[in-house]
Amino acid sequence: MAIHTLSVLVENSPGVLARVAALFSRRGYNIDSLAVGPTEDPKISRMTIVLNLEGHALDQVSAQLFKLINVIGIQEMRADESYERELLLVKVAKKDANLSSVVATYGAQIVDDGETPIIEAVAESDQLEALLKDLSSYKVIELVQSGVIALEKGKMTLSDRVRLETGLSNPEDPNSADALTADYQN
Amino acid sequence: MSEQVTGAKSLVMSLERAGVDVMFGIPGGAILPAYDPIFDSSIRHILVRHEQGAGHAATGYAQATGRVGVCIATSGPGATNLVTPLADAHMDSVPIVAITGQVPSAAIGTDAFQEADIRGVTMPVTKHNYLITDPADIPEAIAEAFYIAGTGRPGPVLVDIAKDALQKMTTFAWPKQRALAGYRLQLDAENEAIRDAARLIAESKKPVLYVGGGIIKSNATKELFALAELTGAPVVTTLMARGAFPDSHPLHLGMPGMHGTVAAVTALQKADLLITLGARFDDRVTGKLSTFAVNAKVIHADIDPAEIGKNRFADVALIGDLKRNIIALIPALKDEFAKEKPDLSPWWKQMGGLRQTYPLGYDHPTDGLSPQYVIERIGAISGPDSIYCAGVGQHQMWASQFIKYENPRTWLNSGGLGTMGYAVPAAMGAKVGMPDTTVWAIDGDGCFQMTNQELVTCAINKIPIKVAIINNESLGMVRQWQTLFYSSRYSNTDLHSKRIPDFVKLADAMGCVGLRCESKEDVDATIKEAMSINDAPVVIDFGVHRDAMVWPMVAAGTSNDEIMIAREMAPDWGSQEL
Repeated sequence: MAIHTLSVLVENSPGVLARVAALFSRRGYNIDSLAVGPTEDPKISRMTIVLNLEGHALDQVSAQLFKLINVIGIQEMRADESYERELLLVKVAKKDANLSSVVATYGAQIVDDGETPIIEAVAESDQLEALLKDLSSYKVIELVQSGVIALEKGKMTLSDRVRLETGLSNPEDPNSADALTADYQN
Repeated sequence: MSEQVTGAKSLVMSLERAGVDVMFGIPGGAILPAYDPIFDSSIRHILVRHEQGAGHAATGYAQATGRVGVCIATSGPGATNLVTPLADAHMDSVPIVAITGQVPSAAIGTDAFQEADIRGVTMPVTKHNYLITDPADIPEAIAEAFYIAGTGRPGPVLVDIAKDALQKMTTFAWPKQRALAGYRLQLDAENEAIRDAARLIAESKKPVLYVGGGIIKSNATKELFALAELTGAPVVTTLMARGAFPDSHPLHLGMPGMHGTVAAVTALQKADLLITLGARFDDRVTGKLSTFAVNAKVIHADIDPAEIGKNRFADVALIGDLKRNIIALIPALKDEFAKEKPDLSPWWKQMGGLRQTYPLGYDHPTDGLSPQYVIERIGAISGPDSIYCAGVGQHQMWASQFIKYENPRTWLNSGGLGTMGYAVPAAMGAKVGMPDTTVWAIDGDGCFQMTNQELVTCAINKIPIKVAIINNESLGMVRQWQTLFYSSRYSNTDLHSKRIPDFVKLADAMGCVGLRCESKEDVDATIKEAMSINDAPVVIDFGVHRDAMVWPMVAAGTSNDEIMIAREMAPDWGSQEL
């Protein structure tokens, strides 16, 4: 088994999350984490999906995902070539003078300094795990964590890749001729 | 400013613009606005008796003609009754478009009368689907639906339209440009892959052309013929590909799989190369996958990239349209053969020997009519230009085995989903699409009792199909498994349908001609009588021997190497050096 992070560009249309979820459920793929949000283009959303898979399965998952009409592009986010983060919010039962330095070790901060402080941390999974371990003496009473989000390092964007690898051009560019402009005359 | 029309009118104009000539359906509350402009439309609407019939009719129409079939139903139960045919078309990659009414948009999500989330329900059994709540979106959704259904790997598309979107005023504007960013077709395999495939074929001493239904969908039967003759390799045609390559051709070994011929099954098992064309390594073909064709390299040509490597690793993948890729492969292969052409005669000696030693066959029982004989005679008398639809079960396997197919689109059946009840409505759809062709439904007595209500539709709408009920008074295939694997304990497979229902009277009651045949001597005359009637549907009740079994057989979950030619009888491999 191996962990893979996939970034998936999807049309921002109703039902698209259900389609992706239904596909994963039907084909028996296990999702470790899923995050969905807007992109630089309001018509397009981006999903970051973390999967636990065997062998050739990644190609199969990508091919099945790509069969969904609303899926525009897929790219694996490799650990060494991308930047991955998760957001953790955690509420603890007590505080002491030491808490802020424990939190600071992880670049986290106390965002609500009440009787039961809330700590916000943005980091990679193993860092968050370590933070939670250190916070155990403060008794974690509530915890919420986002899915992983990831961006490829460097100048290239996923939208660029979609255009390059598929021959699709920029729909904003009126001079580009390609599959997008094929008509229904036949 | 364009003329203002209702969403319903825009829908009908869109369907006309998409080239629809016929659709099968039933009106109801939510779809009612659409039925008013349908009344004036150039499109022929055939009022079926059950929505499942509409769906399978659309499928039969599409399989027979190659065009997109259309069915239409109302919300809730009308829509859910389409689920089986949609799943069926999805499994067999048949291009159909289903239009359903939905409750008014303001009522969606309130558990309104006749509300069902049909978009949600059909997500896993359609190629794509839509829920339309704005009438302005109707033309584009219809244009996309037909484009998606009919291109690439074909499949069903559902367009669900809220009632208020049908009632509101809009302007009809057929989209000029396609805006499907996420639907991109790869039609041509890479040159390098074509060359690799040609090299593998030229190196192979034991190749087999493993031909699936994709060849028919891609209209590539002529190209397949040329490729087969160029390679001289044995050809096997799967259940979905019967008719893709002439049964009379000397390169043809028949159907592989659970009920395939010994030669076809063994050719795949012993091959050193599978030239896989539009087939998907279905479990009914491979048997136990880990023991399937263990020494074979695989060339896998398919338009669906997700099929590559799904069940079996492909050494060379030719992703794209089969017709175009076979056309590209042929010159590459000629170049390779110009250097050296392998001698396939030792391979043919083995496979030809198996074909000769183990032909398909059956016994005539002493006390009844042989079902295989009935089906064989229908094929022989009606001939290879007729269309044959089958239900699911023993009669389906015999119709695949004992009718000789020479042409594509003459054998229609439910291969992937295995939908009992497919035959009668699918035959109706095929006959509507091909009115000058004789269309037979070869059905079982179990299957027939699931969907025979569409014979009423056929009688009233002058759709003169011919139905042969292979009546063994039981759910024959299940009974066969009970005989073989459950100590002949026939739990709930006896239908008692020798006279209840009386199929001849039932046919008569539905406006059809009913005939009965229970002896071998009467078979030809009865078939000829049915052939002579062309102004009404004909139903023949063939009372057949109930203990006949489908052979050969590879039991589910076992290896193809364990093929049996009869009960507890394996082929004699002793003389075969494989």
